[in-house]
Amino acid sequence: MTGLADRMPSGRATRPEGINAPLLRRAARQEGIGFALLSLPGVIVVVLVLVLPMAWLFWMSAFDNAGNLSLENYERMLRPIYQRTFTTTFRIAFVVSIACGVLAYPIAYLMAQSGPRLSMLLMLCVMLPFWTSVLVRTYAWLVLLQRTGLINAALMDLGLISEPLALVHNELGTIIGMVHVMLPFMILPLYASMKAIDPALLLAAANCGATPAQGFRQVYLPQTFSGLASGISLVFVMCLGFFVTPVLLGGGRVSMWAQQISDNISLYGNWGAASSLGVVLVLCTAFVLGGMRMALAQIEKRGR
Amino acid sequence: MEARLPTKNRAKSRHQPLTTGLTMKTILLSTALTGLLSGAVLAEDIIVAGFGGNVQEDLAKTLWTPAAEALGATLLQQSHDGLGAIRVQVQSGNPGWDVVHLGAEDCAAGAREGLFEPLDYNVIDAAGVPAGQKADNWVGINSYSVVLAWRKDKYGDKHPTNWADFWNTTDFPGRRALSVYPQEMFEIASMADGVAKDAMYPLDYARALASLEKIKPEISVWWTTGAQSAQLLADGEVDMEAIWSSRVVGVIKNGAPVEFTYQDAVLGTGCLAILKGTNKLELAEKFVGQSVSPALQARIPELMPYYSPTNVDAYALAKVSPEALAESNATPENAAKQVALDFDWWADNMADMVEEYRVLIGQ
Repeated sequence: MTGLADRMPSGRATRPEGINAPLLRRAARQEGIGFALLSLPGVIVVVLVLVLPMAWLFWMSAFDNAGNLSLENYERMLRPIYQRTFTTTFRIAFVVSIACGVLAYPIAYLMAQSGPRLSMLLMLCVMLPFWTSVLVRTYAWLVLLQRTGLINAALMDLGLISEPLALVHNELGTIIGMVHVMLPFMILPLYASMKAIDPALLLAAANCGATPAQGFRQVYLPQTFSGLASGISLVFVMCLGFFVTPVLLGGGRVSMWAQQISDNISLYGNWGAASSLGVVLVLCTAFVLGGMRMALAQIEKRGR
Repeated sequence: MEARLPTKNRAKSRHQPLTTGLTMKTILLSTALTGLLSGAVLAEDIIVAGFGGNVQEDLAKTLWTPAAEALGATLLQQSHDGLGAIRVQVQSGNPGWDVVHLGAEDCAAGAREGLFEPLDYNVIDAAGVPAGQKADNWVGINSYSVVLAWRKDKYGDKHPTNWADFWNTTDFPGRRALSVYPQEMFEIASMADGVAKDAMYPLDYARALASLEKIKPEISVWWTTGAQSAQLLADGEVDMEAIWSSRVVGVIKNGAPVEFTYQDAVLGTGCLAILKGTNKLELAEKFVGQSVSPALQARIPELMPYYSPTNVDAYALAKVSPEALAESNATPENAAKQVALDFDWWADNMADMVEEYRVLIGQ
């Protein structure tokens, strides 16, 4: 148990000293092996379902149609369509993440501040569409947004516009649909981080002479950064893989990476033509997430 | 015969109680030994995969179910989403499907990849199927058309009649839709630009792209699914559209003020192919043979309006009303108005054309 106690506070074993040192070292070593063995099932699962398939994906991407090692699948990505699809995908993911953050923050704040009943009701409103099929919701947006749809019809009847607005069959429609699908993924982590804030902290801030705005900005907001960051990264990464919504609401104009992958699976006889796209997406996503993490660490450091 | 028995027994035992399975096994063994029973009497499953939806329902009702019944087999249906899914099945070495239904350009591409078994035309009597609608590894079982359709309430009597009119935005103002798939759309754009139907192939895709570039600003929607194309026209979201004839008929049936013409339409073929590695090759070949037989093909004009048989011998058998025949998309009279899709050209060029077209649409 000494070993455990030693490593608990810092997470790192301190070097035992004194006459019991050899004994303690051996105990620590045994314990280390024990922990390693305990985590073995988890490691095996991760290797089997994550590492191996990923390695296979990388491996396949390096072969051309004839089955020879080649960079053909990566060279193809220099064509204009891939560059455009790539930038569209990341641009849309970025815009949707920001829009979700802006929309989700007040909702999560309201949920965190309101009493249990209202909070429950709001939670239900957030979760209800979450349990409905994405396909159904996407078609519903079509009904609302199209030229002859509810929104345009209402605006025209009110005399606010004379020509229907182009709300769908373009990037705007895609973004609207995706924000709707992604909003719960942003609200939930934000709500969790807000619920964890001790209300006494805000009282203390007020006690120290902070105005409500100052209290919010200097005490409340920084404590929600982690929730905001996990929400944004979750939404961002999920947006990169969107397929149905852009296809149905983009009017054929919005081509995203997932659709390109699907196209390449059908169009090219070798899996490499599609898996290379997967490899690039994985690497870029990892890069972006790493960047976000570092930026967040910087913000948190400055906050302290 | 003996080599295939274990597989059959395993397949049986999955949906039969053990005892029945055992008795079946004994029966099977004894009958196989005495050679009294043919494969057909054993009620094997024939597993067919198509794109799903209404088309597959209609094909099953019109061709596949009677074809399976004629062989004493049970039809099981699955759906696939194109060549990728089929490639997975074949590469697994033990495909879960025996026969697939595809567009002929995909059949031609799949055949090039070696995904399909060669067809034995001694077993499959496809003498009545024209040369362009069959090949070594696949055979056409239905034809379809991509037609010009428009809203009657928008155009009345002064409606567009061909693709040149579709491209003419001064005389025919209105919102337009084309599909995101280059096959058919490149033919349409070429016709709009004045390419003669008999001079279509090899397709001058640079000219087709230039023609599409001209109409692009007027295209409100590039549709991606058949259901979407129907909804656009039904809701009046667009005023004219290139759409499958089978889809437009649903729109008209539901009461939308819509009309279409076979003039300058693009005639495509739906095909059957047998997956390489199937353990029911013999049955699958017989099934394909049944599906393409004049007797079953003759059911198409009545049961699948706006589609046509590929086997022209069916017209001699078909006791079809003149109305149904006039609607049928590939009767000699209607076919003469259209251009037939060159599957080989598309199989060779599909990947590049998809990318070229995507670039054009997205810009």
